[in-house]
Amino acid sequence: MPAETSAHERVTVIEPPAGWRLLNWREMWGYRELLWVLATRDVKVRYKQTVLGAAWAILRPLLTMAIFTVIFGRLAKVPSDGYPYSIFVYAGLLPWTFFASAVSASGQSLVGSAPLVSKVYFPRLFIPLSSIGSGLADLLVSTVILLLMMVWYRVGWTPRLAATIPLLALLIVLSLAVGTILSAATVAYRDFTHITPFIVQIWMYATPVVFPLSLVPQRWRWVMYVNPMTGVIEGFRSAFLGRPFDWVALGSSTSAALVLMAAGASYFGRVERRFADII
Amino acid sequence: MTTSAIVVESLGKEYAVGVAERQNTTFYDVVSDWVRAPLERIRKFAGRVEEADRFWALRDVSFDVAEGEAIGVIGRNGAGKSTLLKILSRITAPTVGRATIRGRLASLLEVGTGFHPELTGRENIYLNGAIMGMTRREVIEKFDEIVAFAGVEQFIDTPVKRYSSGMYVRLAFAVAAHLEADVLVVDEVLAVGDAAFQRKSLSKMSDVAKRGRTVLLVSHNLGAIRNLCTRTLVFESGTLRFAGDVTEGLALYERSFASAGAGFEHTQFRGPLAEHVRFDSLVFRQADKIVDIVDPLLPATIELRGHATQTFPTVDLKIGLFRDGVFVASCHDTPAEARMSEGEFTSRFEFAADVFRPGRYMIGMGAVAAVGTWVWGQDVVAFDVSENRGGRSADRSEGLIGLPYRSERVQ
Repeated sequence: MPAETSAHERVTVIEPPAGWRLLNWREMWGYRELLWVLATRDVKVRYKQTVLGAAWAILRPLLTMAIFTVIFGRLAKVPSDGYPYSIFVYAGLLPWTFFASAVSASGQSLVGSAPLVSKVYFPRLFIPLSSIGSGLADLLVSTVILLLMMVWYRVGWTPRLAATIPLLALLIVLSLAVGTILSAATVAYRDFTHITPFIVQIWMYATPVVFPLSLVPQRWRWVMYVNPMTGVIEGFRSAFLGRPFDWVALGSSTSAALVLMAAGASYFGRVERRFADII
Repeated sequence: MTTSAIVVESLGKEYAVGVAERQNTTFYDVVSDWVRAPLERIRKFAGRVEEADRFWALRDVSFDVAEGEAIGVIGRNGAGKSTLLKILSRITAPTVGRATIRGRLASLLEVGTGFHPELTGRENIYLNGAIMGMTRREVIEKFDEIVAFAGVEQFIDTPVKRYSSGMYVRLAFAVAAHLEADVLVVDEVLAVGDAAFQRKSLSKMSDVAKRGRTVLLVSHNLGAIRNLCTRTLVFESGTLRFAGDVTEGLALYERSFASAGAGFEHTQFRGPLAEHVRFDSLVFRQADKIVDIVDPLLPATIELRGHATQTFPTVDLKIGLFRDGVFVASCHDTPAEARMSEGEFTSRFEFAADVFRPGRYMIGMGAVAAVGTWVWGQDVVAFDVSENRGGRSADRSEGLIGLPYRSERVQ
């Protein structure tokens, strides 16, 4: 017997699923290269066969910002805490766009990967996880644009910019938690394919993206704090604009993100073994 | 070698099947269904799925595969072979029982799983390799070998959507064939590519088997099973009917086609006539022999058996040929609707040589006795047509089916 056989000496036991199951971290580690491959696949494919190619990554956020500036900044005269509205809205749109695209992409990811799910085994969680790859690439591009725009609008760079790194981690965890739950739910109930866009849309207006938190009357503030995205958006804005952080909002966002992540992981783990049967 | 590579103990898989959807015949039905269907689904969602809506795709299956054995898994469509492979590959979980696998298992239920049309051949090799569980280093080591095996050196940096289907399949199989695994589970993938590539694939498979790897091969290609396997497992309606000698297993399997009892599941048929006109079995005959794989160079006869529980004055009995989801043609057993008497019937459909093209076809069948009185079974039988070109120069014709025609060139 060749030596490599004994090197791979491992035993897999296949049994009926037993209730709530914790994620198999060791197995996921073994497959880690696949996560990278899947995520980069989406990035590579993203702008293939487009005339403008990767320029879309720059144009899309700029166009969105222009539209919001005209509608909310000029026409509706939404206040922007004394900053140029373009910068103000862009600093909020940047994390929001990532969140919205990550949630929609990962929500649809499992159903979209049905041929994969029904033909080959690998940790299923990688499908919603890897689907945020191209959103992450876009986020990096739009961050560079914002930094350049800040120079143009004479909004100074402050040391608070360093906070974007832990904020990004929080944003990713939150997006993945929501996306994972939606992806598993969409497999079982395709209704979520139709519901998800509405959830994202309503959520945006329940989050201070196009308007400042200061616009919300004091007695309704708590509603905004319940929404975990409030802390993230406000946090990014503070980091970019060099304002003091709202620690209450950040704290509630972080705890909500952790709870959602735990809930998402266990819900996903519970239903993942049935995916191939119902997808 | 006495250690077992695979031990399967009383394995079973139960599926919940949706209740057959009602057929809408009137506008009123359609509208009322819109209203009723979501309500019913919500009710079902709240309650439990009824016993009648469940069926066992695999029941009480136990067997043992020793290290280094090459096992051929055979059985008719719906016998449970694919379910078994899916459980062993961990794509789906069993309902009861247990399977133990010693060593690294790689499963090939399809070639080119995860291939992305926009990516180049090179990028797809890495993607597909990773999906099947190869590490980047393994892929790098085998890269040249894979490309050479597939014979796509020139196009390695071209997006695979520009590949011919032959190149695509060859590349996909090449990646799979270079998987290093202790246990290899393969489903039907040998039925791809042209004859030369099939031979190459087969010899690659037997290499794998000879190197002491354990192979579990599901195939309708009985020749491949005979050449590669040391033992067979024969499945019949979800149970393991036979485990042992290859020749004996193949003979048992071949006999199951002729016997009327090993027919269709009646649950596959719908319509008000489903209880009255019953289809029992269908076989292909070529050169007076019942065949499993249709040889495209020979005329073929489809023989459909069934029975009617009462006499009908006019019945239009038909089979529908489907390929890649396309309805190719319907074939009727009588020129016009004709009487069908109570009792058994046999309908024969004769096809000339060169009608069927290599690949897989699905057959649906049904009957109409009067308007609104019908029975239909979709995709009841699948059959494969071999790549056999019998030494003839490459067949240039393409399409779903071959047409009888005469042609000439006048200058």
